[in-house]
This record gives sequence, structure tokens and C-alpha cells, in this order.
Amino acid sequence: MAGFISSAKRYFLTKGGVHPRQNKRTASIMVFPGPNPEQVIIPLVQHTGAPCEPLVEVGDRVLVGQKIGDSDAYVSAPVHSSVSGEVAGIISHPHPTGKDVLSIQIVSDGLNELSPEVIPPGDPFQISPEEVRKFIRDAGIVGLGGAAFPTHVKLAPPAEKPIRTLIINGAECEPYLTADHRLMIERGKDIVRGALIIKHVVGAEEVIIAIESNKRDAVQRMREAGQKDGMHIAVLPTRYPMGAEKTLIRTLTGREVPSGGLPSDVGVVVNNVGTAAAIADLFEKGAPLIERIVTVCGDGVAGNANLRIKIGTMARDVIEFCGGYVGGRGKLIFGGPMMGLAQYSDRVPVVKGTSGILVLRRENLFIKEPAHFTCIRCGRCVRYCPMNLMPYALGMYADSGIWDKLEQFNVNDCIECGCCAYVCPTKNPLVQLMKVGKEGLAKRKKKLEEFEHSFSEEESVG
Amino acid sequence: MDWSLIFKAVLALGGLAIVFGVLLAVASVKFHVEIDPRVDEVLDALVGSNCGACGFPGCLPAAEAVVKGKAPVDVCVAGGKAVAEAVAKIMGVEVTVTERGVAHVHCRGGLSESIPNAIYQGIDSCAAAEKIAGGGKACKYGCLGLGTCKAVCPVNAIIIDEDHRRVVNRDKCTGCGLCVEACPRHLIEIVPRKQIILVKCSSKDKGSVAKKICTVSCIACKKCEKVCKYDAIHVRKNRAWIDYDKCTQCGKCVEVCPTTAVVKVTAIRERKSREKASESTPAPV
Repeated sequence: MAGFISSAKRYFLTKGGVHPRQNKRTASIMVFPGPNPEQVIIPLVQHTGAPCEPLVEVGDRVLVGQKIGDSDAYVSAPVHSSVSGEVAGIISHPHPTGKDVLSIQIVSDGLNELSPEVIPPGDPFQISPEEVRKFIRDAGIVGLGGAAFPTHVKLAPPAEKPIRTLIINGAECEPYLTADHRLMIERGKDIVRGALIIKHVVGAEEVIIAIESNKRDAVQRMREAGQKDGMHIAVLPTRYPMGAEKTLIRTLTGREVPSGGLPSDVGVVVNNVGTAAAIADLFEKGAPLIERIVTVCGDGVAGNANLRIKIGTMARDVIEFCGGYVGGRGKLIFGGPMMGLAQYSDRVPVVKGTSGILVLRRENLFIKEPAHFTCIRCGRCVRYCPMNLMPYALGMYADSGIWDKLEQFNVNDCIECGCCAYVCPTKNPLVQLMKVGKEGLAKRKKKLEEFEHSFSEEESVG
Repeated sequence: MDWSLIFKAVLALGGLAIVFGVLLAVASVKFHVEIDPRVDEVLDALVGSNCGACGFPGCLPAAEAVVKGKAPVDVCVAGGKAVAEAVAKIMGVEVTVTERGVAHVHCRGGLSESIPNAIYQGIDSCAAAEKIAGGGKACKYGCLGLGTCKAVCPVNAIIIDEDHRRVVNRDKCTGCGLCVEACPRHLIEIVPRKQIILVKCSSKDKGSVAKKICTVSCIACKKCEKVCKYDAIHVRKNRAWIDYDKCTQCGKCVEVCPTTAVVKVTAIRERKSREKASESTPAPV
């Protein structure tokens, strides 16, 4: 009964959100190893933060797990080679975000020889949290949910903000994607072990593993795996964007992350199940983050599957491995259909934040010509916004460049989940407008600061 | 009918009117604010579109600044020489108006010249397209053709046709530079008005790469550099750059350019008459 009440309460704590068709076709297929690529192109920016500097030179021989790029900056994570072979070039190559970034091209020798650097760091519970964080950083572990925020930064909340709750996020609310779902079914024990390590690092009192109600089998498995260690398995209502950090915190704890704040402000740390498993792997085998589970799905690709893919594998190789394209080539999306990034080429590498490769047929696409913003003021976007914003107003202000109003209406609280654009009857690209608005506001603020700075200088001179 | 009621009403309202009238008359004398009449005159002389190109929030603050002597008489960027002379006349000063340059878009590729690598579906704005992986154009440096510059131009000097080709109307352009700031790819430059030989490409790609994605891009072949007798055109960063001080507008570089990336600017009138002529005479098969 208690369980029923809490899930009912959760249902009312959620606000907004949509129910897109789930299309989780790969949920019952086992994860199997992906292609062994002839060459990989590993971007030096795979995370939020400062880009890495290459540590190798053209012609060098690298081994699996060898560190090939690192940065001195705190908010950054090193990158490692995912194959053994020769560095063929350090080139500017397209990145899933659409920009060209400096990448290391490695031609594989097919041997996959393990680097001597890869050694298990020992028992994480015997060493201090700082040391654990250092190991996590050196392994290049970032948030595997999609944003790729360096995990060691996330696990180092400021001292004045004690962490009460650790949430392990297995919601996976995006349609099509089942990578986390399969991970929970197949490697529940590893996730629990990773969660315990994170709990030890941040000093949390309780651990909640959050899973959406459409993954009953995963709930069952995680209950079995986490029973002994006192994990609380929470079942969330199935609704997009349930897996978004702020929505998740509100639904599970009833606490609201303040505008412009971080989860640590309300004593919470959220980590993806994939990240937890990667941390467990690190302390068991010493393995840095060189591969991840990617859902290859959609009606435009012959075989749909969950694959363990080496970082840096071209999307083209992955799609060929799955049987190639079917039907008219339509859209290639990295990530899910709601928040994923559309690609203009399949010569784009899989990076740490790639949770899925979605191929859609051209016949099934809705193509709209570039147009100006036309809003009919139906207010649907306001009703469905999970962050209590007014997307139509923000869209208008971003379109006409009224920056003060954008700030007043909190454009920076937008999580770009795409619910507004999904429900919009006139098919306005609202998320794009939010992005434009955020960038414009930041530029404007910078300009104002510069202006004020020059003004005060003038005053002091006068 | 009681006439006294009407009489009383007229008396009361009329009395109030007289009282307030006197009050207002006293106030207007007592609280009179001296306004320089020249502000209104200057304001009339300015363009009046409140474009903000001068750096003031609008035309009225600009006029006030001119009258107070805080701004030069040629403050109005959009108005150009004629407005500056009119303002100078009101202010009673002589000015030698420096002629402003004219905007030039360093990209020639329209939809039929520069191939796209994706279908762009989004907002009709270059800034927004640049945010989404740089729009649909294969060229990473070229004009997106969605008209952000056209939208900010206070004098409607930028024309964008269906093929996304840009034309700057030199008769209208006042060289205010608003488009220079607006362009997310930094393709627009203010060039001297006399300059008619211009490079219309900003590609930093190597010639072999640029040639594949655009038929009119500069391929850095250096033919122009060799033919120029005045040392005025040079290839740097995989594209040609003209030194406007040295260029004599001889047009040799335009003749030798294999991809027509260096162009000679023609007046719109000439262009139109030429197009008409080519339309009337059937093209050779």
C-alpha cells in the first residue's frame, strides 16, 4: 500500500511532459559487441568543459586504454584510445555537435592489445574520496546519459552543501533508446557496486535507483541486485522527460532545484546507470571509458540492436555492421528523437555521450521549409513544459531579440527537452529559438559588462 | 423646465474652467523649461528610423547630443552626407563630411553555386541556423542566405533573391555597419565606396576542398596575385585579399580568376538592363 501511495504522489509531483510513442524495439535484445573498426577518429572534446591537448604524435603506436589526450583544466576529462594501432593523423573532423573539432585518427592493427597503463586501482572503499575522484578523472569517465559532464566534478559538491540523496538515473525516457534498460537487466550487480562507490565518494545517506514504470523487468532485476545493499528502487510514471535531472529530483524527493542552481543545492547528486557501471568497471578491471552501449534503431537501418561500441567508431561503420540503410535515406540522429542531434554526414564518430544512433526513413519525415515564427497562442507549450516556463513567449522574444524579457521569463531554466516543439500545432522550432535566446542573452550580458567596464574606467580617468 | 439648474451647471463648470485655466497659465510661466529649438530642427533633419546605428538609443537622444555638442554633426550614420550637411546648417558649422564606406558580403555562393549537405528545417534566421550545426550549407564559411543582415539594415539596402544571392544596393547603403555585427559568420566588411574590384569569397578551405562544394569559391590558385602589377592582391589563408590602398581598379584579376571569385561591382541599373537583354535574346543552344 505504501508503494502505491508513493507512486501516486509521484504522479502528481510531475508537471508537464508528453507521451511520445516509445518504439523501444530493442528492449528484449541482448547487448552484443559492436564492429571492430579499421580506423577510429577520437575527438578531443567529448565532454562539457575544456578541450584536451593531444598527448601523442602522428606515427606513434598506441594501445587500448592508453591516454591520448588530456587537459590541465578542472572541468575536463581525458580521452583514451579504444583500439591498438598507429596514429594516422591529428585532424579537424566533424563532431556530433555539428562543429569540426580536433580529433585523433588511429588506424587499428586489429590486435586490440591492452595498454600496461590499464591496472585496477584497488579497493575504492579503502582510499579517500579525493583519490577515488582522481582515478575517475584519469579514466575519463563522464556522464553517460548524454550531456557528458565530467563525473569527478559532479562527485565533488561544495563542502557547505552536504549530499543527502544519491539518485541513480535509469529512467531512460527518450523513445527508441534501450541502452540503459539492457544495462540494468544484464549488469544490475555492477550498477549497484558503482552506486555504492559513488555513495562512498559523496557521502550520501540514501541511494535511489529510479526506473520508469515501462521497464518492469529492469525494476525486478535491480530489486534483486540492490536488496542486500539497502538500495531503494523507485518506480517513476512513464512520461517524457522523466529522466531529466531536475524533473527527476522533483518527482522523487519533492525538492525543487532553484533557478540557475545545481542539484547539490538541494542535497542531491544524480548519476546515470551507465556511469555507475563504468565506475564499477574501473575499480574492477581498471578499464578507462573506451566503449559504451549504443542503441542502433529506427526504420531506416536493417538491424536494430544494442551494441557495445568503441568510442571513435564512425556511424557509417556501425550502420554497415547493422546491415546498412533501408529505404530512402532520411535522418540520422545521434541520441534519441526528442533531444538528439541530427547529423548531415555518417562520417561522424560515436563519442562518450552518444546513447543512440537513430536512422529514420525519408518517407516518414515531416519536412518544413525555414519559416518565421508563427504562434497561434493556443498555450499548449505552457501546459506541457516540465520547467513551468512559457515557451511561446520565450520563442517570440528570442525571435525578435528582446533580451531583457528573455531574462525576466527565465530562458536559462529551459532544459531543451523539446516537449513544447513536440506539442506545437504550428510546428514551430521552439527549442531552436530557446537555444538562440540563450546564446543571445549571454552575448548581450557580455557586451553590457564590457560597456560598464569601459564606462567605469573612463570615470576613474576623468 | 427649471432654467436655474442649467444656469448653475454652466456657472459651476465655467468657474472651474476659469480657475484651472489660470492655474495652468501660471504653471506654464513658472515652470517653463527652456528647450533648445534646434533639437526639433535637428530631429526633423535626421532620418527618423531610430535604427540605433549612431550608438544612441534613437533619433531624439542623438539630436539632443548634437545640440549639446556631445556628438558630431555627422552623427547620423544612416543618413549619410545629405543629412550631415543639413544638420551642420542648423548648427551653423562647416563640416567636411568624410564619406563612409559601403557594405560588401564576402560570399558569392547562392543555392545553385554552393551545394548543401543537409536540408535545413528551422527558423528563417542565419544566427539560428549557425547554432544548429551551421545550417544546411556544405561550405562552413559561406553566407547562409537567410537574411539576418537584411533584417537589420535600416535603409533596405540588402537584397536577397530566391537563390539566396545577396546584392548590396550601393546607392542606398550608408555604411552604418549594423550588418557587419549581425552576420554570424562575419562575412560583411565595410569597404571604400570607390572600390569596385572585390573578392567575393571567405572560404578558408584548401582549393581542392572548396572546389568540390562551391563552384564560385576562391581556390587560392594565386593567378590574381601573379597578374597584379600593383602588388595589391594576395592569397593568404587560402583566399585572396585585396589591399584597397594599392588597388587601381584595373580589373586584371577579375579577368584571370578561374572561378569568378573576384568580381567587379556593377550598378544595379546596368545589371538589370543586361539581364533584360539576355532574357530577350534566346540563349545559344
